[in-house]
Amino acid sequence: MQADDLIHFLRGIMVVTEKNIKIYYTKPPIIIFGLLFPLFMFLAFYLGKEVDFQVFFPGLLAMFLFFISSSVGPLITPWEKQAGTFERLLSFPVSINTIILGDSAAGMIFGIMINLVVLAAGLIFLNYNLKILILIAGILLGSLCFSSLGVLLASPSVPNPSYIMMLSSLVRFPLIFVSGIFIPIEDLEGIGLILSYISPITYLVDIFNYSFTSQSHISVTIDFTVLLIFSLIFIYGSNRLHKKNLMKGL
Amino acid sequence: MVVMCIIRVEHLQKRFGSIAAVDDVSFDVESGEIFGFLGPNGAGKTTTIRMLTGFLIPDSGDVFIRGVNMRESPIRAKMKMGVIPEMGNVYVDLTAKQNIVLSGRFYGISKGELDRIADDLLERFELSERRDNPVKTFSKGMKQRVNIASAIVHSPEILFLDEPTSGLDVQSQRLIKDIIKEMNQRGTTIFLTTHNIEEANVLCDRVGIINRGKIAAIDTPERLRRAFEETQSVEISFDKPIDGSLIGESGMVSRVEKIGDKWKLYTDNPDRLVKYLAKFAEDRDLAFTSMEICGASLEDVFMKLTEAREDAS
Repeated sequence: MQADDLIHFLRGIMVVTEKNIKIYYTKPPIIIFGLLFPLFMFLAFYLGKEVDFQVFFPGLLAMFLFFISSSVGPLITPWEKQAGTFERLLSFPVSINTIILGDSAAGMIFGIMINLVVLAAGLIFLNYNLKILILIAGILLGSLCFSSLGVLLASPSVPNPSYIMMLSSLVRFPLIFVSGIFIPIEDLEGIGLILSYISPITYLVDIFNYSFTSQSHISVTIDFTVLLIFSLIFIYGSNRLHKKNLMKGL
Repeated sequence: MVVMCIIRVEHLQKRFGSIAAVDDVSFDVESGEIFGFLGPNGAGKTTTIRMLTGFLIPDSGDVFIRGVNMRESPIRAKMKMGVIPEMGNVYVDLTAKQNIVLSGRFYGISKGELDRIADDLLERFELSERRDNPVKTFSKGMKQRVNIASAIVHSPEILFLDEPTSGLDVQSQRLIKDIIKEMNQRGTTIFLTTHNIEEANVLCDRVGIINRGKIAAIDTPERLRRAFEETQSVEISFDKPIDGSLIGESGMVSRVEKIGDKWKLYTDNPDRLVKYLAKFAEDRDLAFTSMEICGASLEDVFMKLTEAREDAS
């Protein structure tokens, strides 16, 4: 890739991201599936039960990051194909990769922003000896991983964007219960334990647990490595599937 | 004068399953011309333009934009062009100005320059008063104007338009045609697809006709116009059977076809033929059961042009 091409590529990602932020952050499905959904899940689990919030908070933070980061991607491409803006977007000097990374970046930024608010609110009431660099690295990698999962979920061709939102809920919702958020991984056994290792959220919960309490069930190095591998798989899968379904749904 | 080829298409092919949407298409477009790409619905126009603009990758063949191979350097090739896709729409949640600015940002135009260009374009497209309104409140014609303004924000060397006036009101159609001519006068090469023969006739320097994925002819609009005139027809039926060759002998008919109980008479002057037919019926004590003057369909023109090409060879 020549220097000019790299500049066009990076600029394309930036403009696609900016476009997504302007248009999609305030769309109702993102508010509902990204913000309200994890909030109500937290309330349903927490209210009226004797849960130690100090122990629960790292998992809560991971859940918010997961739901928020992965809520943007599933909306964009189906919405754009339906609105007739997708073909126009590809007529600009961009490639499918530019669009995928721009969509992922939009999910990432949204996830990080809201996560920082939740984190700040938690730190007002709770007292931790934070490993701040690991926490920041975890937030960055986790948001990349989950936002690229969101973009991957947007790749099937559907007649209506709501189908993708349903699919994304179908995939995302069960992951929450096998990732050590509501039930610690130590307490899982059998198929539950096996499933927990397939979920990328498990590794982020472990990173957050380590950042907040210095206790890790797996290993932070493994956590970061696995999250990175998941991210690359999701981005590669998005590239292949979006290219395959390029014409479908136009 | 040296004429430069700005678009070169070499043996382009694209299949969707067993259907060859574009089948070994080759042509050149010269710098500074308005090139019309005509064909009936489903002929392969949109698939061709999608490959020319980098949206679709051809199964085989190549597209060169000012010498840049679209397959090898799509981004560099796209930097030279503006595209208005048939199904393309602007972002309805953004304002007219935001849409134009967003497009300009993809081409790396600086903020101050972009602001000035956007204001100029809004003025030129008669959208200044609505610049800060969301596009969702606009009519179809106004949306298309925003669409075109967004596509030319970077003053492209080539402008691709896929059915640009389809379904628009007369005022918007006229404005868009004026803009196309104006841009061409400033040196922009225009590649335009349409199924409207008259539109191609008025705007284009040359036209290519595609049918069933193959190029049928590439010629000047004048030649197309002649084919168009000769493929007008009068469909007629009488209450009694007649010998169609009698009408053919009138000298006003280039071809006679029998379709069921009707006769289809091809002519370049339907008015004169109808008057002749009235006298013909009166002389033979015939009554008309139906009569219809038909304009030329694109398929008719295509057939005419292909016949002429085969005759020439």
